[in-house]
Amino acid sequence: MVSAGDLAYLEGQLGRTLTDLEIACFDNLWSEHCSYRSTKELLKTLPTTGENVLLGPGDDAAIVRFSDDIALAIGMESHNHPSYVDPYDGAATGVGGIVRDIISMGARPIALMDPLYFGPLDDEKNRYLFEHVVQGIGDYGNCIGVPVVRGELVFDESYSGNPLVNVVCVGIVDPDSYLTARVQRPGNRLILYGASTGRDGLGGASFASRDLSEDAEAEDRPCVQVGDPYTEKLLIEATIEMKATGKIAACRDLGAAGLAGASSEMSSTFGAKIVADRVHLREPRMNEVEILLAESQERMLIEAAPEDVPALTAIIGKYDLKWSDIGEVIPENRYIVTFNGETVCDLPIGLLVGGAPCETREAAPYDHETPFTLPAGGLKEISLRVLSHPDIARKDWVSRQYDHDVQLRTVATGGDAGLLRLGDAALALSCGCFPRQIALRPYEGTANSVYENAANLACLGADPLCIVNCLNFASPVHPDVYWQLSQAVAGMGDMARALAVPIVGGNVSLYNESDEFDTRIKPTPSIGMAGKGPLFIPAAPKDGDTLVLIGSAAPALGGSILDAVTGCGGSAPAMAEISLLPLVRTLARSGVFVTDVSAGGLLATLAGFDAGCTVTLAGDPWEVLFSEAPGRFLAACADPSAVDGLPHTVIGTIGGGATEIAVGEERLIITAKEREEALDSIRSRMMFD
Amino acid sequence: MRFAVLQFGGSNCDHDAYHVVHDVCGVDCDLIWYKEGITREYDAVILPGGFSYGDYLRAGAIATRTPVMQDVLRHADAGRLVLGICNGAQIGAESGLIPGVFTTNAYPKFICEWVHLRVENATSPFTSQYRMGEVIRIPIAHKEGRYVVPPGVGRQLLDEGRVAFRFCNEEGECTPESNPNGSALNITGVLGDKGNVLVMMPHPERAAEQILGSADGRRLFASMISHIENQ
Repeated sequence: MVSAGDLAYLEGQLGRTLTDLEIACFDNLWSEHCSYRSTKELLKTLPTTGENVLLGPGDDAAIVRFSDDIALAIGMESHNHPSYVDPYDGAATGVGGIVRDIISMGARPIALMDPLYFGPLDDEKNRYLFEHVVQGIGDYGNCIGVPVVRGELVFDESYSGNPLVNVVCVGIVDPDSYLTARVQRPGNRLILYGASTGRDGLGGASFASRDLSEDAEAEDRPCVQVGDPYTEKLLIEATIEMKATGKIAACRDLGAAGLAGASSEMSSTFGAKIVADRVHLREPRMNEVEILLAESQERMLIEAAPEDVPALTAIIGKYDLKWSDIGEVIPENRYIVTFNGETVCDLPIGLLVGGAPCETREAAPYDHETPFTLPAGGLKEISLRVLSHPDIARKDWVSRQYDHDVQLRTVATGGDAGLLRLGDAALALSCGCFPRQIALRPYEGTANSVYENAANLACLGADPLCIVNCLNFASPVHPDVYWQLSQAVAGMGDMARALAVPIVGGNVSLYNESDEFDTRIKPTPSIGMAGKGPLFIPAAPKDGDTLVLIGSAAPALGGSILDAVTGCGGSAPAMAEISLLPLVRTLARSGVFVTDVSAGGLLATLAGFDAGCTVTLAGDPWEVLFSEAPGRFLAACADPSAVDGLPHTVIGTIGGGATEIAVGEERLIITAKEREEALDSIRSRMMFD
Repeated sequence: MRFAVLQFGGSNCDHDAYHVVHDVCGVDCDLIWYKEGITREYDAVILPGGFSYGDYLRAGAIATRTPVMQDVLRHADAGRLVLGICNGAQIGAESGLIPGVFTTNAYPKFICEWVHLRVENATSPFTSQYRMGEVIRIPIAHKEGRYVVPPGVGRQLLDEGRVAFRFCNEEGECTPESNPNGSALNITGVLGDKGNVLVMMPHPERAAEQILGSADGRRLFASMISHIENQ
């Protein structure tokens, strides 16, 4: 509900009491989800411009030039709260929402990435959420024919009761003719098309800005929408066909806050008059609040000149979609809704859209780092526990449920990043972040998460083009959480500036807390990054190749998987040193297999070689094998002279079946069978005959 | 020579099939919206992959009952080529172009992965560019791809040379482990009784260019082109 303070402020501004619909509009449009009230000031500090940025943050998606004739439309969304209440539909409609953001730019969606965060899999409820979220994403993405080419999985106690479902969507569009969501001319018609409006998803935007109470599941289920990917597929084709006529003046999808949100935000350059009675409905006797605020899925809104309406609606009809002419753009800066002949909403549009006062929050720094203590247990036993941790184990149980090949662009999905053929170049896509390290050092951890994605792209020879992000945090009302948030944004901005990569879009998901599990999520500023490189099939490591460790980093075990498994503590990694990236990029382009050392440390990287390996390392075993501090890369090459010019150490060779590591006084031998069993932990946990 | 690729509302491999026929193989090709019907003669019709009507009921069930499928059946009756891929295979089975059905995978989830196929017939209009027993690499992507036939029918199809492809391992052995969806006798590509129809769950159009992982599927299209040229 609108807070008492907001209501008093609004009544003061308007000099009258508000109608039910007006209250509902403010309740949703002034929510954190739509208005960024706690984060607007922070987000202003991010670098958002660059030579390739054609359209930065603020529209449904950003537009970034990829080549002379191709631009990317890119956006990122979260669907966290709905995915807890109804994991299948919540996750599915999350995909649907971000895909429509891309469609509304006039772009064809070509790829999805899904960073997901869950509680530990030994809990039955977490397994249920995991299984159904993955299936929801798969069923929706597979049906609409947009490949999921990348993802990330993090399992941590703090996500019990509050899983995070983030989605990145990338589309392609002509750089000279993308659409925007800004109406252009008073007198133009507003055409709503797609699914009919029902009572589903009422008040979703305001729901997303609350914590989840104990009985959230039963109480909030009506807030979760049900997806219809078949209709979404028709929307994709219909919108692209209409866009090709050049007759769409502006376009926006209906997402959070439903028709009220889309029509008011889209019209805020002028004003709009909506006739609620004209909306095509799924059920009878809906009132004006329900019609304007329902978050029924698979709906879009376009602005068109009156004389162009017949040509456009003929295309909508070709795809068997319904449409209604629901109103017009007006020259006055007002948002007016009529219903049954009465005016039920009449607001200054600037007050409704962008008029929400910012919230001032207090920040309280903390220091949760603890000194490193030697893990109890043998090196081998702990190594196997690290490899079988679901963050490190193979993700094929998930990835094979997603169609990653449709549209004939996918060159590779298994390595450091997804690689797609786009024109005569390669589009490289990476996503994710390090919540455990970010919890310890929000600034450095977030900066390093940006770096990690750039390192992933470098391993495929690609330069970063742009960043999108989802700021998933607990309630900013807690001063320590607000401190995390402000530090994370600062770290993200600083690393983006250092790498000269603009941050072109994102979304904020706050209040991720669960009464049921008594948890607050770890700070999760999830990153999506797109890059460009030459088109080639990435090198694969081969039996007999020499293994070369490139670069170095001060060891740090705090927030590592070793820490998650043993509670060993330690400092989290310091800020990454970025100078190696161009050299790694050049190395990858020369046809050498190179991968970066990150989650699970060097041990996880070495265990990734199916053929096994034999290596000798210097230093403390725990630090050398498990540190996730950024800055180390591992190359495999037939001729070690390939890495001349880079700071490197030859450490061994690929082959032999087992993973054999001599480090200091320790000798670690993990047989192929032990390794496979450990890395197979997700599949063996989730799949039973 | 001219191919047609049929488009239902939920087809999503239509542009992919078109790309391979038109851009990779250099053959004229029309995309046909299902409501328009097939209004001229084509040498081959492709039913592409996707989710024709969302597949909320049963994969291919509704598409099979659209008027355009009568055009496809007439085209097939005239001896011209029909290739059904994935959802197109489900529609083909549902239309009675081959015996049996494709139903929910043994492990009832979507599977997208590269698999090995053994060529069981190297003389059909779709497989003449392969060698008998050759092992090829092509991806699958489906949730309802388990081929089910009445007892004895699978063996009979094999004996009659109506099986084009079976799932196998890298060595060409058709083992239970190499059968990703639990299909009868590992069968995943079936020819119609006159040999001019092929339905298959794997996606040959996704394996037609080396940069995408394999060019093995391209020879299936090359076989069709060669068959049409030699008619």
